[in-house]
Amino acid sequence: MSQIPPTTDHMTDTDTATAHTWIVLGASSSIARAFAQQVASEGHALILAGRDTPDLDIAAADLRIRHGATVAVVPFDALALEDIPAFVERCTVLAPGGLSLFVAFATMPAQSELDQSAAALDRMIRANVTGVAAVLNAFAPVLETQGHGHVVAIGSVAGDRGRLKNYSYGATKAALHTYLQGLRARLCRHGVTVLTVKPGFTDTAMSFGNPGMFLVASPQALATAILHAVARGTLVLYYPRFWQLIMLIIRHIPERIFQRLNI
Amino acid sequence: MNIAALDRQAWGRLSVSRSDCLRPERLSDLVPIMVDAPTSGLLAVGAARSYGDVGLNTGGQALLMERLNRFHSFDEKTGIVVCEPGVTFHDLCSSFLSRGWMAPASPGTGFVTLGGAIANDVHGKNHDSDGSIGQHVVWVELLLPDGDYRRVSRTQDADLFHATIGGLGLTGIICRTALRLLPIPGTQVLVQEERIGNLPDFIAALRAARDTHRFSVGWIDALATGPALGRGVLERANPVDTKAELPALRSRWRMPARTPGWLLNRHSIAAFNALYLRRVPLTGRDRERSLPDFLYPLDAIDGWNRMYGARGFYQFQCVIPDAAADAGLPDLLRLISLRQSASFLAVLKTLGGDGEGVLSFPQRGFTLALDLPNRRDTADLIQELHAITLDHGGRVYLAKDALLTPAHFRQMYPRWEQFAALRERIDPNRRLTSDLAKRLELP
Repeated sequence: MSQIPPTTDHMTDTDTATAHTWIVLGASSSIARAFAQQVASEGHALILAGRDTPDLDIAAADLRIRHGATVAVVPFDALALEDIPAFVERCTVLAPGGLSLFVAFATMPAQSELDQSAAALDRMIRANVTGVAAVLNAFAPVLETQGHGHVVAIGSVAGDRGRLKNYSYGATKAALHTYLQGLRARLCRHGVTVLTVKPGFTDTAMSFGNPGMFLVASPQALATAILHAVARGTLVLYYPRFWQLIMLIIRHIPERIFQRLNI
Repeated sequence: MNIAALDRQAWGRLSVSRSDCLRPERLSDLVPIMVDAPTSGLLAVGAARSYGDVGLNTGGQALLMERLNRFHSFDEKTGIVVCEPGVTFHDLCSSFLSRGWMAPASPGTGFVTLGGAIANDVHGKNHDSDGSIGQHVVWVELLLPDGDYRRVSRTQDADLFHATIGGLGLTGIICRTALRLLPIPGTQVLVQEERIGNLPDFIAALRAARDTHRFSVGWIDALATGPALGRGVLERANPVDTKAELPALRSRWRMPARTPGWLLNRHSIAAFNALYLRRVPLTGRDRERSLPDFLYPLDAIDGWNRMYGARGFYQFQCVIPDAAADAGLPDLLRLISLRQSASFLAVLKTLGGDGEGVLSFPQRGFTLALDLPNRRDTADLIQELHAITLDHGGRVYLAKDALLTPAHFRQMYPRWEQFAALRERIDPNRRLTSDLAKRLELP
């Protein structure tokens, strides 16, 4: 079986950023791609971080061609905790004009798989919780020194309450939300905002074909909403907005009743 | 990779086609998809802007390529852009037009993907000057049915290259392509519009425009009869070196999801056509417009195809060779207006010569395209139009077609046997298939 060869024409390894730089973690994901396009169209520099560097090289080339953006690609694996300090160092060097972070990596295995495989469960927790917290912890001192900037992390409405359909995944997002609340408190004392994004159903590779979805938002619409939220200083964004009301209701259903619901 | 059983429709909305859909987001997603292709067959599809069944694979797998839409490189000296097949003509416009480069051939809507454009060897309003898209493709990287990944071009695997141009998606999955854009001095064109009173005048005017104008297109009132047969508006355009800020693509209008079919009838359409003619003063008019505005007039109306209601509509498009046009075009238009089959404006263009693909549509001559709402007798009318087309040595455009018979197809596309032989060689197990291929009994 042949592999599609990586492309090497017209790609540079690094482009030094002088403007404010958005570091996009999990940059191959659907939401991150949409966010990167919009941020680039607004003139920001970018660092695309992820595991699939051939794919990220292509994404970088595309952003340069479409938007004339300054884009660097840096390998990043959320599960390789020992590499995080070097990663932070590299990003800091590449973003002399200041940095913001967009965290969009996660895995969402089926609840049934998580029920049966402790290894799958462990991996998901390490990716969705440990990886995010570890990398944000490593960047926190940089942000504190910087005195400005933003952290955006993709949570989920699934984290607002444990539901029969996806409670293990929901648990990781709940953990993430709580972590972000603390990080928010820590960083707001240094002029840095932390935005927790809680999307409802979004049309991504992860959710494609999943049954039971309704009013699915496009990654582009979500990315636009995120950018507006960042500009306004919003701290928690439900998208689409009606999810805020839905989750408000869901959070208040008495547990004795909720345990019997099939959602 | 997630699979979703989805209902898809072509632009004509004649039928609903259920396929198991996959939507890759990275090139590396593609190899396992090909290897795991089911016996029910696989078809890579783009933006579903073709009218008939060329982009449908009912009961099989449909590979939605829309998210494989990135630019890989652009050479400022040669104008060659390397990109993924999901890139659209709107993408090409917004990224390159203000830098002085245009797509060499553009279909009537900017939403078409490059993969779909190559698979149908699309042509535009500048065919006499610039040919069809296939002539500007430098190479294509194909994922073949046997899992092999190959770059094909005029010098490498030329037979496979020429089968892929206009190859209807049946030769392999287009993963990357290199397309040569053409230099253009500005973002605007100067459009000269005039009213034409009848068909012979139209034919003469379009013939003359071949030598004077880069772009030309005629809009014909398909309901006009008698001495007014073929009356309409002729638009001829040349690039000018004005550079204007291109407005962001945003639909100005949105067709409601449920539009009653009776809205479009002989009377309402006749009224629309009459008004459309009158927008150009008797003495004619010159207007400077942006190139995308000129090339893609209907893109401002989101979902305009819903106007035809739930029954959908057919698109008939044929080419009649130059020598036969003076007889063939009146024959076609007379029959259409006789049946009062309620079509909006018909489009008439000239084509300059043959395409490079084995199954390419273009021939030197005149191409007529029109919508025909799906009524009880429409299919019969279209078969009659096919017969007239064949009588005059022309052929039907497969990107629009939903009704061509296998017999007519073989007469119109004599190189079908060459295509079939190649398909047998590279896809003996028919991993790639489409509803059109089955309907035309393409072996």
